[in-house]
Amino acid sequence: MRHLSVEPPPFFHRGPSPLARLAFFGLLSLALLFTDTRYRYLENVRQVVAIALYPLQRLVLWPGEAVGYAMTYFTVQRTLAGDNAALKQELLVQAPAMQGYQLLQQENARLRALLEVERRLQGATTAAQVLYTGRDPFTQKLFVDKGESAGVQAGQAVIDEVGVVGQVTRVFPYMAEVTLVTDKDYAVPVRVERSGVRSVMYGAGTGRLPELRFLSPNSEIQAGDRLVTSGIDGTYPAGLAVAQVVSVERETGQIFARVICKPLAGVDRSSQVLILGRVAALPQRPEEATDNGPPRKGRNRVRE
Amino acid sequence: MPQLTSFAPARPEEILAPVKPWFVVLTLFLGLIGNLIPVTGVALALKPDFLALILLYWCIQEPRLISVGIAWGLGLLMDVADASVFGQHALAYAVLAYAAEYFRRRVLRFPLWQQAAQVAVLLLLCAGLVLLVRVVGGAPLPRWTYAVGPLVGALLWPVVTALLQWPQRPQRPAGSLAEH
Repeated sequence: MRHLSVEPPPFFHRGPSPLARLAFFGLLSLALLFTDTRYRYLENVRQVVAIALYPLQRLVLWPGEAVGYAMTYFTVQRTLAGDNAALKQELLVQAPAMQGYQLLQQENARLRALLEVERRLQGATTAAQVLYTGRDPFTQKLFVDKGESAGVQAGQAVIDEVGVVGQVTRVFPYMAEVTLVTDKDYAVPVRVERSGVRSVMYGAGTGRLPELRFLSPNSEIQAGDRLVTSGIDGTYPAGLAVAQVVSVERETGQIFARVICKPLAGVDRSSQVLILGRVAALPQRPEEATDNGPPRKGRNRVRE
Repeated sequence: MPQLTSFAPARPEEILAPVKPWFVVLTLFLGLIGNLIPVTGVALALKPDFLALILLYWCIQEPRLISVGIAWGLGLLMDVADASVFGQHALAYAVLAYAAEYFRRRVLRFPLWQQAAQVAVLLLLCAGLVLLVRVVGGAPLPRWTYAVGPLVGALLWPVVTALLQWPQRPQRPAGSLAEH
């Protein structure tokens, strides 16, 4: 009631006050955050915006690609000749093994046909080039140049020439997002190659090494052991190299051993990756015991 | 011959030409492209958020043109480009735009280097909001290098101001208005 004319003249009208706008857009952001993290309803919106951004992203990549192309073009002839000779020699050395491999493969195919086993990998593998690594410092992701148009689906495993890199988590029309095995709480079912002990490797986030959780202190594992995929999850085919054990700490007070491992694949370095086809569907998981049944007493209880 | 002094920041008494909206759009677009440049390692740690910096400049200089709503929309674009959680940059940029509008009269009173110190606080606030959202969402704490980007951005403030103000500055020395 201090002033009668609180309203500014229409000449100065600027719409709602900044605070009102902040409140509106702040609440909208919070709603988006909540919806995206809890329900993942917004993937369609993300796809549309991603298509709009795609030309920009390619445009930004272009100078780097051009420089890389020029560098390759001007590689000294002699280096190429040397490489060529070395590769030919290597080819010769590996020829017997290769011929043997073909024989083995044929034999394997016959045996499998005899056993009427389904082919383990369905669909073709796709070679892809890494466009860029994710800029988000909180997650470990990279983007490859093959997407829905190349038949890539979410859930496919991604490897490089050494081992497992990660898994396709989002597919855009012309690119795909790969979550790396080092991403926080990203789990890969693994097996110790030497002893066959099964476990699950969990990523620990940016700048930290993955670890094996819930391994009892007396498990047969030591520093230097190689971990390969166990194949029991239906995502990764069995036997792909994943990581090497760096250290094993067994403390008497702890229930579980602390096992730190280092990924073998160039998780943050490789520029060429291979997207594997889907592993044949595993048989349906048996139903969990319902609540009204008797409580389970231990892990070893036999299910009826 | 262009005068070197024309790159110096505008003194408060200097009257700037009105800004052209297409120039604002162009610079914001360039900021977005700057953020999309793929870098890794040390460069990634040093890289400031160009879009936030340019956005902050326009929010301080031209609050009637660029404010909370546009900042929010640009934040959404960044969320998709980074494949991060929907809304985190949107929230951070909206708050940044509001803070810029709130503090703009104070910031503009100071010489550029002291403006940069205040801009550092605003950019850290923006990065801190993103951090808060992610940590609440269950992400691990990033390393201390997370704070380097905003500080580099603040160091770039005088450069950004000089570049973005350049088209608006009077082209001839202030005294020679005779032929106008």
